[in-house]
Amino acid sequence: MRGQHMTVTLFIPCFIDALYPHAGISVVQILERLGHKVVCPAEIACCGQPAFNSGYWAESRAVAVKVLEYLKDAETVVIVSGSCGAMVKNFYPQLFANTPQAGLARQVATRVWEFSDFLVTKLGVTDLGARFPAKVTFHDGCHGLRELGIKKQPRALLAKVRDLQLIEMTEAETCCGFGGTFSAKFPAISTAMGEVKCASAIETGADYIVSNDLSCLMHQQGLLSRQGSKLKTIHLAEVLTGK
Amino acid sequence: MSAFATQFKEQARVMTRDLRHRQLIRTALRNYEIARDKRKAAFQDWQAARQAAAETKWEAVNHLDQHLVELATKLESRGTKVHWAGTGAQARDIIVGIVRDRKARSIIKSKAMTSEEIHLNEALEQAGFTVVESDLGEFIVQLRHEAPYHIVFPSMHLMRGEIRELFQRELGDAPSDNPEELTMVARRVMRQKYIAADVGITGANFAIAETGMISITENEGNARLTAALPKTMITLLGIEKILPQLDDLALFLPMLATAGAGQPLTGYNTLYGGPRQPGECDGPEEFHVVLLDNHRTVLLADGEQRDTLHCIRCGACLNVCPIFRNVGGHTYGTTYSGPIGSVLTPHLRGLQDWKHLSFASSLCGACTEACPVKIDLHHHLLQNRRNASEQKPSFFERLAHRAFAVIANSTALWSIGKKLGWLFQPLQRPIKGTVLDPARAWTKTRDLAPIARESFKDWWRKRK
Repeated sequence: MRGQHMTVTLFIPCFIDALYPHAGISVVQILERLGHKVVCPAEIACCGQPAFNSGYWAESRAVAVKVLEYLKDAETVVIVSGSCGAMVKNFYPQLFANTPQAGLARQVATRVWEFSDFLVTKLGVTDLGARFPAKVTFHDGCHGLRELGIKKQPRALLAKVRDLQLIEMTEAETCCGFGGTFSAKFPAISTAMGEVKCASAIETGADYIVSNDLSCLMHQQGLLSRQGSKLKTIHLAEVLTGK
Repeated sequence: MSAFATQFKEQARVMTRDLRHRQLIRTALRNYEIARDKRKAAFQDWQAARQAAAETKWEAVNHLDQHLVELATKLESRGTKVHWAGTGAQARDIIVGIVRDRKARSIIKSKAMTSEEIHLNEALEQAGFTVVESDLGEFIVQLRHEAPYHIVFPSMHLMRGEIRELFQRELGDAPSDNPEELTMVARRVMRQKYIAADVGITGANFAIAETGMISITENEGNARLTAALPKTMITLLGIEKILPQLDDLALFLPMLATAGAGQPLTGYNTLYGGPRQPGECDGPEEFHVVLLDNHRTVLLADGEQRDTLHCIRCGACLNVCPIFRNVGGHTYGTTYSGPIGSVLTPHLRGLQDWKHLSFASSLCGACTEACPVKIDLHHHLLQNRRNASEQKPSFFERLAHRAFAVIANSTALWSIGKKLGWLFQPLQRPIKGTVLDPARAWTKTRDLAPIARESFKDWWRKRK
């Protein structure tokens, strides 16, 4: 099998570290069970996307340069977020263009994988022996979907989960309105987008919205909790460690 | 925040709560999506077609100087008068001048977003002329004294009942809610206007350099009547409308129809080569083509965003944009709304005044995916944000990002930050969503995710 005994450098985004440690822990468990060595540099906290998306590229570089420094020698990097993955993979080369780190940014970008893409495309693994007795619907995070082209990978993984029923929602590919600082700068628009998304998810009758992007789920869960909805959100990795 | 930004945010707050609007637009655009996908499937390879279209527009735009001269020369050789307008004001003056010289009284107009861009109707009306919009959607919004809601579907925000009431009030005739009957009312009114009009003004969808022709596509036949009946025809178009060759239409006409309206081809596709030639029995006696720059050459000089000039104004990016769908076209306060408007308006009307439109996006990229000529729309929004923040940084925002960088780059500070957050989060609960809550922008409508007692990194450290 391809990629046996790999050393995988795990990049746990800031909000997963602070808010959703269980998703990160599930990823570690999955990778280790597949026989890979997982390392996780404690020095990296954030990819720098908030400043980048706000137009403060110099401030973004101040954070991102640290990421490059600690990922410099990593052979394979797995990021537990399509959005942060797109940042490092697609936007670092632009962010560091015409700087001394330009070459390094381009190199690191080639070694970065979003979690589900890594399992399915790089490792060729879809069946993790998981069981998750529930009806779920899947949310395609925009960055994962449109920047990284990830659509089939998480579905291939979900297809092999025992007792899981995937019901696609009409608005699967529609943005939920999180958009980072956008959600705070334009809360009314962001909320309306989230309402459209959640209504579509609720329509499926699913118990969970699953996604490979927790930042989107943070937004959707925030709305659902406020609405008192029973629909829950969960990261793909936690579904894949279900017993 | 600019006055335009304040207005945008206020209007967005109103529109996002308008559930009737949300449902109306969603239903209309869902039907559009179904039709569009059916037509896309009729292309042998839609992605290859997009690539070919992007390459053709790239050629057109990157050799714009040559193509424009070729277009003008060919047009003039058949007796068309070509005018070059550097600014909107110049274009208005040229057109008002032509109309005045002809001692015209009434003007019939077919759909032209470029004329909205330069506020042509207002200029003509101020000069004492009557202007009637002949595109049904434009006719309706004109009766309402409103700007078009959408660049392709100007009155898509109206229910048929509203149109009936409008016709009853303004035209004194509205037999029912039936769209066909309402169209017949508009037609009866308009036919008289065509006959009475001295000048017809049109826009253009494409300008063919090779043959010196103006290509206009429409569904109602109104542009044909606008061009054919009055003695004088004036066409106003942006200089980016160029296509190098006649053959290019074989791709662009179906592509525009598919992306724009989910049609295989638009109802009427007409090429205008000049005024009535000797021996011809119809067509205008005079044909004027006004080529408008109005900041387009500034975009041409911008290597990063030059592809914005590829735009064929199909409206596909508006249709798929979740921001557009929720705030509606009028909220933008611009001629061009939706993603293309958010990219373009800062260039046309000033970055600092209009940067809010580039920030009012979740950067989801649905626009870029939909664009038939592959404009990198959502990445241009990022570039506009960068340019705006570099040019005029917000003191507090920059400070916040700098402070965050210090915290994120220090393992100790990051760890303390998480602990403090965990400790203090119970204090936020009683004030959740109130004016006292510092996170109110989020918590007014959404719950905050709780900070975990043990972060991932705590777990990882312990485990090792």
